[in-house]
Amino acid sequence: MAGELPVNSNSDVVLVRQHVRTAAIEMGLSLVDQTKVVTAASELARNALVYAGGGQVRIEIVQKGVRRGLRLTFSDDGPGIPDIQQALTDGWTTGGGLGLGLSGSRRLVDEFDLRSAPGEGTLITVTKWGR
Amino acid sequence: MDRVPILKLGDILIVSIQIDLQDQSVLALQEDLSEQVVATGARGVIIDISAVEIVDSFIGRMLATIAGISRMLDAETVVVGMRPAVAITLVELGLSLGGVRTALNLEKGVALLNHIESVQIASATR
Amino acid sequence: MGVILSIPADAGRRRIEELLQENEDRVFKRWLEIAGSASGGQVDRSSLASQLRELYQALRQSFGDSGDLSDLRGLLAELSRTRARQGFTSTETAIVVFGLKEALYESVEDDASPEALRGFIWFSRVIDDLGLFTVESYATAREKVILDQAEQLLELSTPVVKLWDGIVAVPLVGTLDSARTQVVMEKLLQILVDTGSEHAVIDITGVPAVDTQVAQHLLKTVVAARLMGAECVISGIRPQIAHTIVTLGIEFGDIVTKATLADALAHTLRASGVEFTKSRGSRIAVRTVED
Ligand SMILES: Nc1ncnc2c1ncn2[C@@H]1O[C@H](COP(=O)(O)OP(=O)(O)O)[C@@H](O)[C@H]1O
Ligand SMILES: [Mg+2]
Repeated sequence: MAGELPVNSNSDVVLVRQHVRTAAIEMGLSLVDQTKVVTAASELARNALVYAGGGQVRIEIVQKGVRRGLRLTFSDDGPGIPDIQQALTDGWTTGGGLGLGLSGSRRLVDEFDLRSAPGEGTLITVTKWGR
Repeated sequence: MDRVPILKLGDILIVSIQIDLQDQSVLALQEDLSEQVVATGARGVIIDISAVEIVDSFIGRMLATIAGISRMLDAETVVVGMRPAVAITLVELGLSLGGVRTALNLEKGVALLNHIESVQIASATR
Repeated sequence: MGVILSIPADAGRRRIEELLQENEDRVFKRWLEIAGSASGGQVDRSSLASQLRELYQALRQSFGDSGDLSDLRGLLAELSRTRARQGFTSTETAIVVFGLKEALYESVEDDASPEALRGFIWFSRVIDDLGLFTVESYATAREKVILDQAEQLLELSTPVVKLWDGIVAVPLVGTLDSARTQVVMEKLLQILVDTGSEHAVIDITGVPAVDTQVAQHLLKTVVAARLMGAECVISGIRPQIAHTIVTLGIEFGDIVTKATLADALAHTLRASGVEFTKSRGSRIAVRTVED
């Protein structure tokens, strides 16, 4: 299963949360893990909207041996992140937020990969594995 | 955009979030609540999130902001009914909701507000 | 050799199909013997026979259906699953499949035709593939069995008890790993909601040691409980564990810790508004304060 959703408005962010929840249930994630991955999705979708003016997310179920995982890939063509280490620091924000979206999301998932460069947009891939 | 209704029960304002709110609705709720606290002279605000499936940093900040604003307007805020999965996730996200009082359910939230008030009255009349 | 190689592959294959049909009784009986002895006394003959009968039919069917093996694979996956659950080894399971080669070989030998020999090479390859598939399904099934058992054990070793109205306790006993701690803590938080308990005691008297991860989980649970409107006390921290926690630099902050479960209970009772009065003798009167 795979699907791609746009993230171009506040209501799209709500839709992303709902689709990620459905996929997490379908995959058999525990309630806590569902909640964690949906929360991470909410943070990353909002970032794409707020800092890049919009983007998209790909939702897919992946397999490794007997384990299944939920993988989310957020991409945008925004300004990119100049200092990734800094952006991943708890409390760092350029938008008057709490600065916990990126750093917190990283703690909520099993795998977190952030690629970004100034002027080249941002690509974030996160995976939550079933227990 | 959905607007969350605010209920008035005696001198307590009660808000029960029943749907997945988009960010503008969250901000609107924040404004509506501060207006209502001033307009009604309420001494307490209860935000019931027992139906809320996730609290991210945006909603988390709103809860803390409402608590801060209400306190300046001389009202206490209690967030009630947070689900275990939501609480575990918030801790991992790194949000502590400092300054926000919490209770297991609506009833205990009301009891907590009454208790706070009786303590305040007791210390004021001493 | 040259003679055998000049036999068209189709002819060999057709001969094998014929032998499987003509000598069905003989081949099947032999197969049942081989499979039966490999399974020891663990499985009853008649159910084994009906299982093999189904496989035999599916195999012949698949040869007829121009090599569509999906039904057969389905049956083999099922066989692997049941055997994995019954505790057979992977060898005992695979022999059931490989045994068919030996069972058919006797008929091929008697037939002694070049077609049969050529066909047997093809047949061996098919059975080898099916055998490997069986081993793979077995391994997957076995892994699933182990995961399920681990989960059941977790459930069994997760007691949450009610100590008093509004006070629950989790007495933890034995080694805590990160997964178990997580399960116990989730269960505790859910019980706080279900019972409306505002106080919990996590007693680790029976825990010999904790590592960083476990200590972190305990800590996060206390913080999560607070977010929900409940307070946790941790009791029974052994000196070694206290030492670990301090050396690891884990901040226990303002979390209440007590030496024993009894101390923790007294503390929580007081915090929840119950007053003790020690009157004459050793009687303890308890009075609940209304607020
Ligand atoms: N998709 C993005 N494109 C550009 N910059 C981003 C993006 N996502 C995050 N950032 C930058 O990283 C910072 C930290 O993000 P985050 O941890 O979500 O905190 P917050 O959103 O509260 O600022 C943001 O303030 C922003 O500068
Ligand atoms: Mg953010």
